[in-house]
Amino acid sequence: MPVLEDYKGQTPAWCPGCGNYSILKAFKETVVELGIEPYQFTIVSGIGQASKFPHYLKCNTFNGLHGRTLPVATGIRLANHEMLVFAVAGDGDCYGEGGNHLMHAMRRNINVKLFVHDNQIYGLTKGQPSPTSLEGMVTKNHPFGVFSEQLNPMALAVALDCSFVARGFAGDIEHLKELMKAAILHKGFSLLDILQPCVTFNKINTYEWYKKRVYKIEPEYSPDDRINAFRRALEWGDRIPLGVVYRNKRQILEERIPVIRDMPLVKQQFDASKIEDTLRDFS
Amino acid sequence: MEYSIKIGGEAGQGIQTIGDTLAKVFSRFGYHVFTHQDYESRVRGGHNFYQIRIADHPVMTSREKTDIIVALDLDSITLHEKEVSPRGIILYDSSLIGQAPMSGEQAAARLDMPLLELATKHGNKIMVNTVATGAVMGIFRLDLQILAQILETTFQKKGREVVESNIQAALSGYNHVITHCKTCAFPLEPETAAAKQTMMLMSGIDAIGLGALSSGCKFYAAYPMTPSTGIMNYLAGKEKEFGIVVEQAEDEISAINMALGASFAGVRSMTGTAGGGFALMVEGLSLAGMTETPLVIALGQRAAPATGLPTRTEQGDLLFAIHSAHGEFPRIVFAPGTPEQAFSLTNKAFDLAEKYQVSVFIIFDQYIADTLWTYRTFDVNAVTWNDYRLRGEEFARLNTYKRHAFTETGVSPLGVPGEARHVVVTDSDEHDEEGHIIEDAETRNKMVQKRLMRKLPLIRCEIKEPLYYGGSDPRIVIAGWGSTYGVMKEAVDLLSKKESIGLLHFSELYPFPSPSPLAQNYFSTLKNAQFTICIENNATGQFARLMRAETGFEFHEKIHKYDGRPFLLEELAGEINARIGRL
Repeated sequence: MPVLEDYKGQTPAWCPGCGNYSILKAFKETVVELGIEPYQFTIVSGIGQASKFPHYLKCNTFNGLHGRTLPVATGIRLANHEMLVFAVAGDGDCYGEGGNHLMHAMRRNINVKLFVHDNQIYGLTKGQPSPTSLEGMVTKNHPFGVFSEQLNPMALAVALDCSFVARGFAGDIEHLKELMKAAILHKGFSLLDILQPCVTFNKINTYEWYKKRVYKIEPEYSPDDRINAFRRALEWGDRIPLGVVYRNKRQILEERIPVIRDMPLVKQQFDASKIEDTLRDFS
Repeated sequence: MEYSIKIGGEAGQGIQTIGDTLAKVFSRFGYHVFTHQDYESRVRGGHNFYQIRIADHPVMTSREKTDIIVALDLDSITLHEKEVSPRGIILYDSSLIGQAPMSGEQAAARLDMPLLELATKHGNKIMVNTVATGAVMGIFRLDLQILAQILETTFQKKGREVVESNIQAALSGYNHVITHCKTCAFPLEPETAAAKQTMMLMSGIDAIGLGALSSGCKFYAAYPMTPSTGIMNYLAGKEKEFGIVVEQAEDEISAINMALGASFAGVRSMTGTAGGGFALMVEGLSLAGMTETPLVIALGQRAAPATGLPTRTEQGDLLFAIHSAHGEFPRIVFAPGTPEQAFSLTNKAFDLAEKYQVSVFIIFDQYIADTLWTYRTFDVNAVTWNDYRLRGEEFARLNTYKRHAFTETGVSPLGVPGEARHVVVTDSDEHDEEGHIIEDAETRNKMVQKRLMRKLPLIRCEIKEPLYYGGSDPRIVIAGWGSTYGVMKEAVDLLSKKESIGLLHFSELYPFPSPSPLAQNYFSTLKNAQFTICIENNATGQFARLMRAETGFEFHEKIHKYDGRPFLLEELAGEINARIGRL
């Protein structure tokens, strides 16, 4: 069984007090508690502070380009669906640059676990608004405030019938771990949006700001009702729900492709002897 | 012996069906066939044509003159009548397209035959295609049995009745020609018929698909775009038989990233697109370079910038492919000139991509994609397949593993994640041997040495000399690359009766073949020639610029064509002659 020490990675270069530390801690404890070894999963990350994540633990890693986590993760799953695959990205990366890929990953229902570190700001490029920034937020490059409406990833995901939709908070590690475990154990594309304060650049959505608003979804709530889930997904402002908002049992893409039903692609041997026969198709 | 047939009509009338069927019939009879298509970017209407050349010797380009025109629209007569050879004939149905005005003295012989009536009699008007095919067979007085077999295979899914009525329709077209056109017979020499041996009919696009299949390609992700879509269609048809996953991505950015993900996970992987789609893939190419993830990219050039002429041909993306993407990293660029080269170079692309962990391009164009060529067979024994990845036991046995370890060759061990307890880490940031982000100058320098400088000379050694065709010590040398091979070769055949002329054809373009000063190689052929002409299907002479940049050599003359159409034999030969005449 793995222990926390197995997951020791490089020393993080995040700001002191960054919400990413709690997410990292929650993640390490989650995989250790589930008994998953470092070689048994792959993290695909993009670009941004969140995307340095896999370097700060130990696992198979493809740290790719800004916005492109999901296509890479999809390719990995299609080649080897026995590999547990995470996509880790920030709100700018996943909801901005990679928006098109997000929409289609949900449609495909590829069994990838997408953890979005959502701090409602661009950290790496030093303080520009992200798709989830509040309308009116003033930044250096938006002196008149943000004009665009804030993106609601939960509502987007429910609308697209995303297989698993949840929201966590970096300020509550135990609850976040529960959600991470639920996402991992769920069969289907899973979006876990994690609210995370950026202590350096986002002076509005602070720990205090979130703490005043977040609440845990009540145990009697049923995430299987899509209409109900949509209503819950729309909640934002004074009250922000944390927990599993929606889930369904759609069949995953990997199970629908006949070629890989019995064996992952990566384990299938290439049979060169069939080429001679194939040439006959042309005469 | 050789003949050319042109089938013209609107999109949606089935001219491709007639063309493909005739090409198949003649190749099964053992004749050499070459076909090329000219079509507009629309599903219905417009004017399109399909040209077939048949001969008792290998043919690899289209000619200006046509012996038979099958006209399914009026444009086929008005636009192409002047191309009909003195012995030629135009076959049409005035009830379908009306009566074309006679163009005077040069008017070609015409056979107005009731294609529509015969089609309706045996089934419905769609069968005009089959009647016309039968009629062409009648002109050649060719036995209908092979056509019947082909119709059987084409229509068997639609049931016995459809097969029978199509055979009858073909027969009616055939008999009509025999009865009503006693003079319009084109004899096929008996000795060629005796040498009957079924030929394989292969397009460039299928040859790329087949090459991928034969190289153990397991994953193909792409977004549909002419002229590359055929590769996706071909591989999708082979998914089950060969264990391949074909995924249609939401855009080309996704396609290349998916292909990289699959390659990282341990399977041979490929993507394909046209110039505009490749523009979107460019950041992914850079990612492949940085993460040293093997990848094969089929890049189909079409004419002009932006959307351009979507269904037409040009050699306009050579320098784009070579210079695309930010940062410096090695890449390999091939441009096949024949379907056979497309097959073997795709195989070589997969081998080198994995051996050196780089991206390898197969650059093609609409022309080479769509043209059909005949071959006896392809040499499958020459297909290379080595697994360069680190898997299973071999991987597990290692005490330590570093994905980007510094090595003498610059090639680091390519482990398959999940197959051993070692983790496989790679990064788009500059990284250390393990794959983690770094910023320090020393590691950066060592990584560039490894990834680029050490690999490059080794890759260069894998690049073959250009192909030389012609007699020794030619006075005149023409040169080109990619899809112009066929027309250049036949132009040399035509011109060599009077001239000392040879051809240098480049299909392995980058890294550029070394102009070795010591050995007798292509460079000495060029330098010793009195007159050299570079021939390109583009406006600016991209290959000539590449040649000058890489070797300092400057061609005496350049022949460019950039109207979106391929060179035709007489056109090119005439142009070369004109340049020689100015000497």
